[in-house]
Amino acid sequence: MAFKEIELNMGPQHPSTHGVLRLKLAVDNEVVLGIEPVLGYLHRGMEKLWESLTYVQVVPLTDRLDYLASLSNNLGYVLTVERLAGIEIPRRAQYIRVVLAELQRLASHLAWAGFMANDIGAMSVLLYGFEAREEILDIFEEYCGARLTIHGIRIGGVIHDIDTGLVSRIRTVLTNIPKRLADIRTLLDENRIWKQRTVGVGRIAAAEAIDYGLTGPPLRACGVAWDMRKDIPYSSYGDFDFDVPLGRNGDVYDRYAVRLEEIGQSIRIVGQALDGLPEGPFMAKMPRVLKIAPGEAFHTIEAPKGVLGFTIRSNGTDKPERVKMKSPSFINLQSLEHMCKGNLFSDVVGILGSLDIVLGEIDK
Amino acid sequence: MPADPADRPELRQTLEALTARFAGAVLAGAVEGRELAVRLTKDVLAPALRFLKDERGFNAFEDLVVFDNLQAPAGGGARFTVLYRLYLFPGALRARVSVDVDEGEALDSAVPVYRSADWAEREAFDMFGIRFDGHPGLRRIYLPDEFEGHPLRKDFPLAGRDRGL
Amino acid sequence: MTPFVADLLIPVGKIIAVILYPMIMVMVMIWLERRVVALMQGRLGPNRVGFQGVLQPVADAAKLFFKEDIIPRQADKRLFNISPILVMFSSLLAFCFIPLGEPLRVGTYTLTLWIADSPVGLLIVLGLSAISVFGVIFGGWASNSKYPLMGALRSVVQVLSYEIPAGLTVLTVAFAARSMDLVEIVRRQESSGIWYGFLMPVSFVVFWISAVAETNRAPFDLPEAESELVAGYHTEYSGMKFAYFYMAEYAHMVLASSLVVLLFFGGWLPPFQGVKALAFLHAVPGFVWYLIKIMFFLYLYVWIRATFPRYRFDSLIRLVWKWLIPLALANFLAVALVRFLR
Repeated sequence: MAFKEIELNMGPQHPSTHGVLRLKLAVDNEVVLGIEPVLGYLHRGMEKLWESLTYVQVVPLTDRLDYLASLSNNLGYVLTVERLAGIEIPRRAQYIRVVLAELQRLASHLAWAGFMANDIGAMSVLLYGFEAREEILDIFEEYCGARLTIHGIRIGGVIHDIDTGLVSRIRTVLTNIPKRLADIRTLLDENRIWKQRTVGVGRIAAAEAIDYGLTGPPLRACGVAWDMRKDIPYSSYGDFDFDVPLGRNGDVYDRYAVRLEEIGQSIRIVGQALDGLPEGPFMAKMPRVLKIAPGEAFHTIEAPKGVLGFTIRSNGTDKPERVKMKSPSFINLQSLEHMCKGNLFSDVVGILGSLDIVLGEIDK
Repeated sequence: MPADPADRPELRQTLEALTARFAGAVLAGAVEGRELAVRLTKDVLAPALRFLKDERGFNAFEDLVVFDNLQAPAGGGARFTVLYRLYLFPGALRARVSVDVDEGEALDSAVPVYRSADWAEREAFDMFGIRFDGHPGLRRIYLPDEFEGHPLRKDFPLAGRDRGL
Repeated sequence: MTPFVADLLIPVGKIIAVILYPMIMVMVMIWLERRVVALMQGRLGPNRVGFQGVLQPVADAAKLFFKEDIIPRQADKRLFNISPILVMFSSLLAFCFIPLGEPLRVGTYTLTLWIADSPVGLLIVLGLSAISVFGVIFGGWASNSKYPLMGALRSVVQVLSYEIPAGLTVLTVAFAARSMDLVEIVRRQESSGIWYGFLMPVSFVVFWISAVAETNRAPFDLPEAESELVAGYHTEYSGMKFAYFYMAEYAHMVLASSLVVLLFFGGWLPPFQGVKALAFLHAVPGFVWYLIKIMFFLYLYVWIRATFPRYRFDSLIRLVWKWLIPLALANFLAVALVRFLR
């Protein structure tokens, strides 16, 4: 019996599509001929909703975009509003934002490491990653009471100050995470099976990656040193000394390696931020009702998934006229077909995992 | 957040080259810090993007934003303003290209120039109903294909329309 | 001893034992797997139902028993129903040929701890366990759905490919023992003083890898890869039929472990059997040693599952055809040469 092209469906309910994503695959035996992602299963009409809420009311909703890195979404939106309104943020607040954002990056990458390893079959790494992530979530819980949709970064600053007790607990967590990371690395880094499934799989060249709009770790895995924290520094990132890990081949293994290295760099940044925490207020003086004169602003940050950007147009009222979110996962997912063509069906899962997408961010 | 205070000379040069190449179609242009903002007529959109990419180095397509001017008509009076955000890497320079397009009119697709514009244009079509000529497969991206209406338009109610379901 | 007891009761008793023994081992395995994998991952695993969760498999079986038996409308009913039975049947039947120890003297009667001791027992066991392939391919085909079909195809290719190194390595043991009788093989290990696992370690390693692949266990569990094919060839099965597949997989594992122990690690022989100073080890019944060794290999199965990522299908096939089979062939030739020169 000869098999020609079969059309397979992955999702929307599927153990490894990282959310409700439907992938229509055309497969010849085991080789992928084409993939079409079908989106919209998590579409909640966020951008429409935001037009009817005040600037301050929008902030908790941004948590629900990339729900695995909610503080990053908060930061992106809030920085755009502050640029639009011309609000100066006190330096202490900027440093605390860096601490929170980098801790959030750690949590996001640890969760990603677990999911991706689980998809390829190394189940135990899922639990090791989540065990490490638990400690970070405990910090968040101590900071503001929430673990997942944190809403700790507000327009004008941050919601709470961090006292010496919390600082010391953060430092403890920073010493524990490298141990867990070492466990994960021991299991995977030089593992023959892991390398067989990731090296040379899902390759994309640097120029094509830029043309497809890829950003974040998938782009840096191609050797392109694009990191918004270095290119257009925001929230005092220019004060900190850190490296941007780069890959060489743009394959799944390099994306994996880049993200693990970024975990190490984030630990560095948090340590420096805590060491140099300036005195001062943690929230700027904000009016009770925030009305912004007509104008437009665009700001990007380096979120764990890639470059996250917000365009906000104001009309003089307390509600935005239009908010458009540039979602890194949305754009990164476009290159999935390019990466998967010609590879085996089993590789789709690995490639999708290496892109690190979150449907909340894709579907808004 | 403090933007780069100094206006970049490369962007000034780009603006001059653009105005020279597409004389008459450049309705407005300004450089502020690391961003170049131009307003063009929609007929030169595709060649202008091609020019900016191939000859001025804006190799990355960052975002496509659509504004519905129903409640606050901008100069030009067109229903929609479509904004293309370009990025130059390395160098961290930005270009903001805006065109006005009216109800029922179509724009040239940017996909032949930047592949990452594909889904962004589908989203614009889905949410606002703007058509892009030359797009490899223009169809809705978030909503079901049979959906009627374009939700992000200002005249579409927030709670949706009752379809009697 | 009346003919009634000797010719009817005892054989019937043995048959019941042969069915119960793997079933009990399956129950133990279900518990062992869940607890051990959990502890390796920093979790606890089921520890509520019964002491330390020992009754969990009973709860699982009861749950599956009460589930609705769904047959997809587009499925081929007869094949769909027969597949779980085939898979279970092949492994249970193979257990009839697995000896559990030396015959016991009970008064004047010699009780043999096997149902059948065939001079070609090894061959029969291998052949019977291969019948399970039919169950898998019928299940995947009869489900009339893409995912089970792909899973079934992968499984068939995998099992058939790995039969070859398994067969080749088992032949080296037959050479060394000059027999294919399983009881004879163990007795030879006793008389020669060295277990074949130490005499021919390459055979053991290749056989072990093949055994893991034959039973569709991690890292060769692509046919039922949860994250890729949902559940492979048994996606469409629910309730008791699924329970059959589930139990049959563990039964195959127990069968494979039994084979490894019998062929390579002296079956029911105590370790260091030749050493006079450790003669007290003989006081422990052979069956206990047998169980201890089997439990070790079952634990090894679980340990491997908790640690390694999954092999991609092409790597899996490349491994067997480019590495294991040539290695098994070379090993076989080496052993044959040594035998010939003796």
